[in-house]
Amino acid sequence: MGLFIAQILTGLANAGALFMVASGLSLIFGVTRVVNFAHGSFYMLGAYVGYSLMQVLPGMVGFWGAILLAGIIVGLIGVIVEICVLRPVYSAPELFQLVATFGVILVIQDLALMIWGPQDLLGPRAPGLKGVIRIMGEPVPQYDIALIVITPFVAFALWYLITKTRIGTLVRAATQDREMVSALGVNQAWLFTGVFFLGCALAGLGGALQLPKGGADLLMDFTILGSVFVVVVIGGMGSLPGAYLAAVIISVLNVFGVTYAPQSTLVLMFLVMVVVLMFRPFGLLGKEEVAGEHGQVGEPERPIKPAGNRIRLLVAAGLLILGLLPLYSGNFAVVLVTDILIFCLFAASLHFMLGQGGLVSFGHAAFFGGGAYAAALFVTYADTPMELALVLAPICAGLAAIVIGWVCLRSTGVYFAMLTLAFGQLLWSLAFQWGDVTGGDDGLVNIWPSDWASDNSVYYYIAFFLCTGGILLLRQAAHAPFGYAMRAARDSARQAEAMGINTKRIQLVAFTFAGIMAGLAGGLFVFSKGSIFPNELETARSFDALIVVFLGGVKTLSGGWVGAAFFEGIKDYLTRFEYWRFALGLSIIVVVILGPEGIVGSLRKAGERFGLLKVPEDAK
Amino acid sequence: MNRSSFLKGIFGAIALSVTGLSVAAQSGEPIKIGEINHYKRMAAFAEPYKKGIELGLEEINAAGGVLDRPLEFIFRDDQGDPGEAIKIAEELMTSEGTVMLTGTILSNVGLAISAVAAEKKWVYLASEPLADALTWSQGNPWTFRLRTSTYMQAAMLAEQAAKTDAMKYATIAPNYAYGKDAVAAFKEVLTQLKPGVEFVGEQWPALFKIDAGAEVQALERSKPDAIYNVTFGPDLAKFVREGTTRGLFDGRAVYGLLSGEPEYLEPLADEAPKGWVVTGYPWYDFDEDDGANKTFVDAYQARFNETPKLGSLVGYMTAATIAAAIRKAGSTEGDAIRMAFEGLDVTTPVGEITFREIDNQATMGAFVGKTMLKDGAGVMTDWVYLDGADYLPSDEEIAKLRPAE
Repeated sequence: MGLFIAQILTGLANAGALFMVASGLSLIFGVTRVVNFAHGSFYMLGAYVGYSLMQVLPGMVGFWGAILLAGIIVGLIGVIVEICVLRPVYSAPELFQLVATFGVILVIQDLALMIWGPQDLLGPRAPGLKGVIRIMGEPVPQYDIALIVITPFVAFALWYLITKTRIGTLVRAATQDREMVSALGVNQAWLFTGVFFLGCALAGLGGALQLPKGGADLLMDFTILGSVFVVVVIGGMGSLPGAYLAAVIISVLNVFGVTYAPQSTLVLMFLVMVVVLMFRPFGLLGKEEVAGEHGQVGEPERPIKPAGNRIRLLVAAGLLILGLLPLYSGNFAVVLVTDILIFCLFAASLHFMLGQGGLVSFGHAAFFGGGAYAAALFVTYADTPMELALVLAPICAGLAAIVIGWVCLRSTGVYFAMLTLAFGQLLWSLAFQWGDVTGGDDGLVNIWPSDWASDNSVYYYIAFFLCTGGILLLRQAAHAPFGYAMRAARDSARQAEAMGINTKRIQLVAFTFAGIMAGLAGGLFVFSKGSIFPNELETARSFDALIVVFLGGVKTLSGGWVGAAFFEGIKDYLTRFEYWRFALGLSIIVVVILGPEGIVGSLRKAGERFGLLKVPEDAK
Repeated sequence: MNRSSFLKGIFGAIALSVTGLSVAAQSGEPIKIGEINHYKRMAAFAEPYKKGIELGLEEINAAGGVLDRPLEFIFRDDQGDPGEAIKIAEELMTSEGTVMLTGTILSNVGLAISAVAAEKKWVYLASEPLADALTWSQGNPWTFRLRTSTYMQAAMLAEQAAKTDAMKYATIAPNYAYGKDAVAAFKEVLTQLKPGVEFVGEQWPALFKIDAGAEVQALERSKPDAIYNVTFGPDLAKFVREGTTRGLFDGRAVYGLLSGEPEYLEPLADEAPKGWVVTGYPWYDFDEDDGANKTFVDAYQARFNETPKLGSLVGYMTAATIAAAIRKAGSTEGDAIRMAFEGLDVTTPVGEITFREIDNQATMGAFVGKTMLKDGAGVMTDWVYLDGADYLPSDEEIAKLRPAE
């Protein structure tokens, strides 16, 4: 019994920092609709800033003062980020801002490395709270008790701010309908900035508060991000009590998971999320999203049409140049372009379902890695030749997509995205933990192409034909009646249904098709590398694809592969620098600000302005 | 990478795009070695390692280089991503004109490079990755490993553990291949040495996501006589703090794999655990009797004005090993270097090491000692250097583990 209570107390203490970071993310999303990937970075900054302040400020007052100050300073950093990076891109398509926040992550990572150095910092202990108290014989650290007490106070203060004050009223109004709020004369820009300050300050506070239980290190931005997203989604996006409830549930369950199923630590919270969303598609305390509320921001999308002659000539010339690559360039260029082509197909497949179908997936790597693993497993256990494995990879990925799509499509919007993320994570942990079959994180190695294809140039041609073929096929599908049905389901599900389109089925087919293409890319990937590891299934891989899709331009047909080629190319170049993450992050931010419609969208605009492209009738 | 090698990288890229490849090695031109590592993702470990290499290179080149040519490393960041590492390996070996590859800390990246090395017939010296698979189940003729493997270090701790009368053990290890290997090896060796020991609890926190309070409660619940710890980095710091606060370590023997390495012990400062039996690197304790160890530590501190980590030593030994291999080969041809590595003897700060012909594993050992606090910092005392050659399975067992060549 004593142990049981002590375990619950441990869970409650752990919930503290998690709740603060999650509530900040939830607030920011609720009002600004920005999915702030950089939220983990603000948490990390909170820890570092708090650490530095604690070195200077003495004693008990200094300790708590440092935590408060850390929150404020991080909040101010958040304000700078909001004004410089996010303000210029609010009018961009939905979710475009997450690309900008991704750039912020990279910049902050390198800045933190420059300022605080590479070594992990152990957080100072809280003065006066270093010991334990015994509860029914079980030791409970005093600082845990402090956290358990502080968290509800913060939660209550937030609740009071949001429900009882005028600022809170405005924030809530903006959460529901920000256009209306600004029409009523509220300065939306400052409201957004204010909310960003509050959200980031909460993240910083969370980071500083956990110092006595851990410290500051350069990996903590990503390590918390997953759990924070899970908490926000289980609680319901935008719901503060939901975030608190979810943080407590996840933390307490985790403590019991550690004790009674020690191997479960990788997947437990994602399983909980899947179960919760199956029964409550909008989280525990979330409200149903109003359809169309944030569907089309900015310019409406143009109807798609077949490419003009000039573009076709350009593409043909480009393909010719690529097709002859092995004849005039060195081996490494061939290897690099093979890599880029494969990534382009992967990105194009995501772009297809995201751009045409409006299905934002956070877990598309499940199909890329899934296809790769399928091919690798067939080769390892059945001695399947490469030719057959390259057929089986997309089939297996497609089958997985049918099952995963069927479950995920019960939800919509961000909840759909989070479900795909959860499944991606489940597949990842399957590959990671089922060591006997998948080799765990030691992966599967020695998966090489058949003899005739083992030369880099020959393999290049295989990748070239399959990837460009796949990308052209995806493009073709967008022009087919199926593509029209997808866009109808995306823009107005209700009207599409009334016209007799089975929108759910269309979406499932689109999801599966995208999965098949990603699986093909995965199959090509594994033979080009000769090995496969679980990190190809990681969420980071999904985000890579997501970033380049937005970077290339969602509301265009070629955004996916253009963004991918640009991103891979610039990354290959920049990683030769010492502070390449800083440079890459900055480049992303610059591209995002200069071209809020993505690379393709912005180029098209520029082309039209300078008379290089004809302005279509319907856009005049 | 410094500015000049970056510029060279650009020139290399330009030269590549203009002329294709083939940077023929001319007499007097540097011999280039490709070094792939996670300089950003694992900055705390990779930076001291890189400095160790730089120190080694300066000494080698000051003494006339190798085969009358200077030795040069090209450092590249792979972001900790195996696919990226393979691409870089390809670039280094086919267009940068490197003669062999080395590097990586993460085992999966090491395995990826080792697979591509075997396929393309490139020599790869796995300097820091610890996975047993690298020289055993996934071993191949082109891959050699310098650092003391997981099995060897776990066996050293198991030998210490067998000397005590603790019978009930609990383990805590990060939930990934290294952690699992480390626990399996410890169990295997300890059960051999002392049949009848019992493993009463196993904890598997996710790497760098430890819920330390819960793990400590779970360990306490299994009431072990002794604990075997494999967590490291930020996980170790959290585990030690919660464990100390909650009294988990009181009256229990604790064995910590790698816990004594300065990389992990230093951040703990005055909260470093006391009385743990650990593998590590007691650079602060060397005196004149320790000869080459002391010389290396002094040279490193003089050169960089900072204290060495274990990674520094491994980096320094990597440079020394590669120089020795190329000297022995008398050529920069891949096959000649590979042949030279078989049975290669290298003189290093920790003594003479040999690359075993049977499994391409070097016999580098480890320092084993007890932790204690000295001047507000964790240190190892009563340490001994154990030769790695004594902590490997018999040749028959290895023949079974390793695919036939």
